[in-house]
Amino acid sequence: MTDLLPLMAAKYNYWIYTILMMTGLYAMIAKNNLVKKIIGMNIFQTAIILFYVSIAYKTGGTLPIIMEGGHGGGHGAINAADYINPLPHTLMLTAIVVSVATMGVALALAIKVYRQYGTLEEDDINHQIRTQAGQ
Amino acid sequence: MTHHFPALLIIVPLLSALIVSAMGWINRRWCFPLAVAALSGALAISVGLLTQVMATGPIAYKMAGWSPPIGITYVIDYLNAPILVVILAVALLNLIAAKTWIEKDFSEKIGAYLALYLLFLSGMVGIVSTGDAFNLYVLLEIGSLTGYALIGLGKERAPLSSLNYLFMGTIGASFYLLGIGYIYIATGTLNMADIASMIPQLAESSTLFLALIICMAGLFVKMALFPMHGWLPNAYSNAPSASAGLIAPLTTKVMIYAMVRLGLTVFTPQFTFSRGMLSEAIVWVAVAAIIAGSLLALMQRRLSRMLTYIIVAEVGYMVGGFWLGNEAGVTGATLHIINDAAMTLTLFLAVSAITWKLGSDKFEDLQGLFGKMPFTMMGFVIAALAVIGIPPTCGFFSKWYLITAGINAGQWAFVGALLFSSLTNAVLFFRIFEIAFFEPFATGHGHHDHGPTFSEAPLTMVVPLIVAAISLIALGLYSGDIVTKLIQLAIPAGIA
Repeated sequence: MTDLLPLMAAKYNYWIYTILMMTGLYAMIAKNNLVKKIIGMNIFQTAIILFYVSIAYKTGGTLPIIMEGGHGGGHGAINAADYINPLPHTLMLTAIVVSVATMGVALALAIKVYRQYGTLEEDDINHQIRTQAGQ
Repeated sequence: MTHHFPALLIIVPLLSALIVSAMGWINRRWCFPLAVAALSGALAISVGLLTQVMATGPIAYKMAGWSPPIGITYVIDYLNAPILVVILAVALLNLIAAKTWIEKDFSEKIGAYLALYLLFLSGMVGIVSTGDAFNLYVLLEIGSLTGYALIGLGKERAPLSSLNYLFMGTIGASFYLLGIGYIYIATGTLNMADIASMIPQLAESSTLFLALIICMAGLFVKMALFPMHGWLPNAYSNAPSASAGLIAPLTTKVMIYAMVRLGLTVFTPQFTFSRGMLSEAIVWVAVAAIIAGSLLALMQRRLSRMLTYIIVAEVGYMVGGFWLGNEAGVTGATLHIINDAAMTLTLFLAVSAITWKLGSDKFEDLQGLFGKMPFTMMGFVIAALAVIGIPPTCGFFSKWYLITAGINAGQWAFVGALLFSSLTNAVLFFRIFEIAFFEPFATGHGHHDHGPTFSEAPLTMVVPLIVAAISLIALGLYSGDIVTKLIQLAIPAGIA
């Protein structure tokens, strides 16, 4: 138990992404309103983006832009430990595009659902479907 | 030219999607022939790749000339070459069969619809041919997002079903992405071959084991493995017929391919099957999936809904067979990807033709169908026999491998579930045969001399259906060749 607290503090980025992810998942499962579910989905995806960005960080690292002549002068080799890993960031550019596209499709579908049933509350919609099926 | 085939396989559907959608504004009549031409071209390329792989072995294509592990590679080997051919053949047959549906349902939006259709395929083909784990995620989302749109275009409950599918699909894909993150932490690379080369040094790594679990969990949601199957029946049965015939045979099967690829090529079998607890737990979930899928199928009163629950059971077959972790199981699961895609296509084409003529697929409306639509029903019967697993059809052979695997592994619950599901399938389909063949003659209204009048679906629907049905028998007859010349070469050493 005594070891757990420092461990939690040292790896706080993982805790933050886990909490965010579970918040999003909770909203997707428990919320009744379709738009709230979509927002939950977006929080869920953002948590993963944060996770990727945080694993790229290095203590004491700087932006991965090589100045003229190289970091520290001269034409020698570059020390990778001096720079933050840029690859996860670039991957997340793609993931952000994907999440925006998912959001767009989800909102378009929500509009279609709203036009059809006149509501975005899921239990109202289910009630309408059940009464239609009962006829 | 042949050198660039792996890239062209993705580029042809992708670019033609843009052209078709532009053509929707210029001259709508050209959209359909263009889409058929694009798919035929892609199919020809995939057949070319298959013969090339069979002649000279796996092909690795470097995108834009960047070598791995920095660049993205596309790898065509013994595992995915036959699956690529099946995917494109399924899509082409369904497109031709859906011509009348598309013209009826989407006459105004034909350009947009066909563009989605082609984009969906570029996603599916990409997932199967890519050699990069993150690239797989991007293509997965391309395939899924277009899939949601293709389903959401339907009437009545389709948009709502599609939205629920989108929520589940996004959770699945996000978990996969998270798993890739952990792989990246452990290995520092995203190239599949490169990851595999580092696995032996990391055999004890718990990070990597977590990555395996998270990736697989994501894929299980996407393939609708039993407790996570809730989205599938609504999404597939409410989808427009033209989309259902495309998405139902392909999506789950491509996800299972991704699972096989990850398990065999990325994590390597030594690592994937190293924790007995995990494999055993997944096999038990698969057993539950098979039994639950079969029982739920028994409760349905609509043909298309019944088929969706059969898909849930079939997913259990393949997941269970793969996680048994022996050679027969992996062979059976891989062979069943091909066979199940063909069987599901045939069944959904038959349902689409029936719905076209009757306007419904409820059981009570199917009376006298053998007299009315003999050719459609002939195709349906062959597909039904394949699903049940009657010898000359392909379904028998993959099921044989799966049962052998269960016996070899001593996993009797899996063997029992397979036999139970075969019996249930027999009950399910013979019930429909009974309704469609005998029921009108039992009414006793003196109609014995002239049965139901002949009124078959349009030729564009019946011909692809018959072709698909014949392919089921052909796949069965050639299954020995498929196994010895392709699948067994794809299974890496180290599987008992």
